[in-house]
Amino acid sequence: MPWTRVYINKDDFENTLARDGLRGITYREALRETQSALLKKDKRIFILGEGVNDSGGIFGTTAGLAKEFGKDRVMDIPVAENALTGIAIGAAICGMRPIFVHMRMDFLLMAMDQIINHAAKWNYMTGGRVNVPIVIRSIIGRGWGSAAQHSQALHSLFVHIPGLKVVMPSTPYDAKGLLISAVEDANPVIFIEHRWVYDYIGYVPPDVYKVPVGKGIVRRQGKDVTVVAVSQMVYEAIKAADSLQSENIDIEIVDPRTIKPLDEELILDSLRKTGRLVIADVGCKTGGLGSHIAAVVYEKAFSCLKAPVEIVCLPDTPTPASPVLEEAYYPGKEEIMASVKRAIHAK
Amino acid sequence: MNKIQAAVKKQLFYTMLKIRRFEEKVTELYPSQDMKTPVHLYIGQEAIAAGVCALLCKEDIIFSTHRNHGHYIAKGASIRFLMAELYGKSSGCSSGKGGSMHLVSPEVGILGTSAIVGSGIALATGAALAIKMNGQKKIAVAFFGDGAVDEGTFHESMNFASLKKLPVVFVCENNFYATNSHIAVRQPHDDIARRAQGYDIPGIQVDGNDVLGIYKSAKKAIERIRAGKGPTLIECRTYRWKGHVGPECDYEKGCRPEKELYDWMKRCPLESYKKYLFKNKIINQSGIEEMVKAVDCEIEDAVRFAQKSPFPAKEELYDDVYYAGSKDALD
Ligand SMILES: Cc1ncc(C[n+]2csc(CCOP(=O)(O)OP(=O)(O)O)c2C)c(N)n1
Ligand SMILES: [Mg+2]
Repeated sequence: MPWTRVYINKDDFENTLARDGLRGITYREALRETQSALLKKDKRIFILGEGVNDSGGIFGTTAGLAKEFGKDRVMDIPVAENALTGIAIGAAICGMRPIFVHMRMDFLLMAMDQIINHAAKWNYMTGGRVNVPIVIRSIIGRGWGSAAQHSQALHSLFVHIPGLKVVMPSTPYDAKGLLISAVEDANPVIFIEHRWVYDYIGYVPPDVYKVPVGKGIVRRQGKDVTVVAVSQMVYEAIKAADSLQSENIDIEIVDPRTIKPLDEELILDSLRKTGRLVIADVGCKTGGLGSHIAAVVYEKAFSCLKAPVEIVCLPDTPTPASPVLEEAYYPGKEEIMASVKRAIHAK
Repeated sequence: MNKIQAAVKKQLFYTMLKIRRFEEKVTELYPSQDMKTPVHLYIGQEAIAAGVCALLCKEDIIFSTHRNHGHYIAKGASIRFLMAELYGKSSGCSSGKGGSMHLVSPEVGILGTSAIVGSGIALATGAALAIKMNGQKKIAVAFFGDGAVDEGTFHESMNFASLKKLPVVFVCENNFYATNSHIAVRQPHDDIARRAQGYDIPGIQVDGNDVLGIYKSAKKAIERIRAGKGPTLIECRTYRWKGHVGPECDYEKGCRPEKELYDWMKRCPLESYKKYLFKNKIINQSGIEEMVKAVDCEIEDAVRFAQKSPFPAKEELYDDVYYAGSKDALD
């Protein structure tokens, strides 16, 4: 099915879907188009963030929107993440549907009080009387020696917080479908995008559709090892799968798409089939998403495991600046392949 | 105010020149893509770092921002280690771990640099608190942009510093932009100095391209600290010549009006000060030429040093997550 597939490059897409007349756009464009459609659809929706209406437009994902919808609905803001997040939450409480955009997840940390102490808990603290329908778009991903304060992937922090939902779409199709679901959701949703996938192309229908929050997808069927890959790691897993195939190793790739609430059943189903699990995450190891998924599996499907769970992720260090260290820091296809082989050869 | 000595006046020009030539060198070399780190260049704002740091001794502590090369140079840190850091080498001031935005040089009072807007203001205030608690004579300086005035840390730090009469100078470099957002879309007025009133401290507004004006303002602020009266906010109104990040200009991309840039370039802090120096016979053309030669020679040496230095070994990735020394043992 066209929307389940991941297209590693443009040719790949053009040799398949484009031939059937299906529309392919980039992840970046999918986000832009979706926000445009949402702004058109519902007057309660507005976008705010530092630089949302400048010429770059958040890596192009909000480009032109201010022109189309005005600077009140696509609002540049002061460099004041904490109060502005609180302001957006206050507006959400009063019936608006803000989409708050952060160029980098690192800056979101300034707003942790508002997100964790307020947005996440408001519905609970008010006994379900006052909900907070806010979407916080946040961008992660390696940069050009961006170093420790400009490249963090902190999705796992949010996984820890009851009351939040956290989505990490990997394909253009899911970016659109999940953003629509997130904005329609009555709860705070942290919407996490990876800069490296912005230029990937994929099938995206022009009309409005939804990808449900909390539902993962099997990207590739296989029988030997289950690889749960999130965000940009999905692409690395696909590359690994292609290479492993020539060695007669057949991996199944599960993309959770939402990491909270996690589609546990989908992962467990796959594991029941393969008995082996590799998790490919874009964050650090300790206390991370990989450890969480491993814990779920140990709790609920221990007897299915034929090998210890392998976690491919960032080492427990801040991001270094030097290109040599950056190279050593970020795992990819090779590390996934090595983990898959270890899982297979484990006694 | 006492007269500023000719030697100091020359030194001010030398520092500005060194920053300018350094940043121009980065601009020249950056396109070869060997400096794999985002650079926020200081060209156009040199008078501020030079004017303030000329009054500091090496024990005084400064905190800077993502746009930190100028402060690092003006405070007297080694440009060899700066250049090597830009090249990601292990000989860099932060061992290649930090890159352009995270410079450090404890020997001259630079105890690290945060690229989180506004956060360095609190760190400088904390340094001032420690200085006061220890009964020391030195002072702390926070350099930050107009963007940081948007943040809570600016207000919270000013409040606390005033309350405790801390030995800190808040130096705001108002270049009217935070990335591509003009101050007019972020703040109700652009008189940042006026913010000081609310915290019951002096707010001085000064031409950020006038190095002597800045020097005099900083001197006043430091005298106030010496008198035990606490902090001052100095707003230096200036302009950056390059784009927010990288070696290019940005008006072509619609980030700001071209004319605005050219109007400010006519007010080059180095050119106008040079005229002053000539007029007052403090230095002549050949004196300037000698300076340029000396500065360029030092910069070339830094480039060679950086290029020749080895990259860190891959294993160094795991070093420095925790402190490995022993200086923090309790008495
Ligand atoms: C908390 C935080 N929010 C956003 C950013 C992204 N950012 C980096 S520099 C910058 C603008 C800063 O403007 P200003 O303080 O005026 O300094 P200038 O770049 O003009 O020197 C912004 C918004 C950041 N680094 N930290
Ligand atoms: Mg600024």
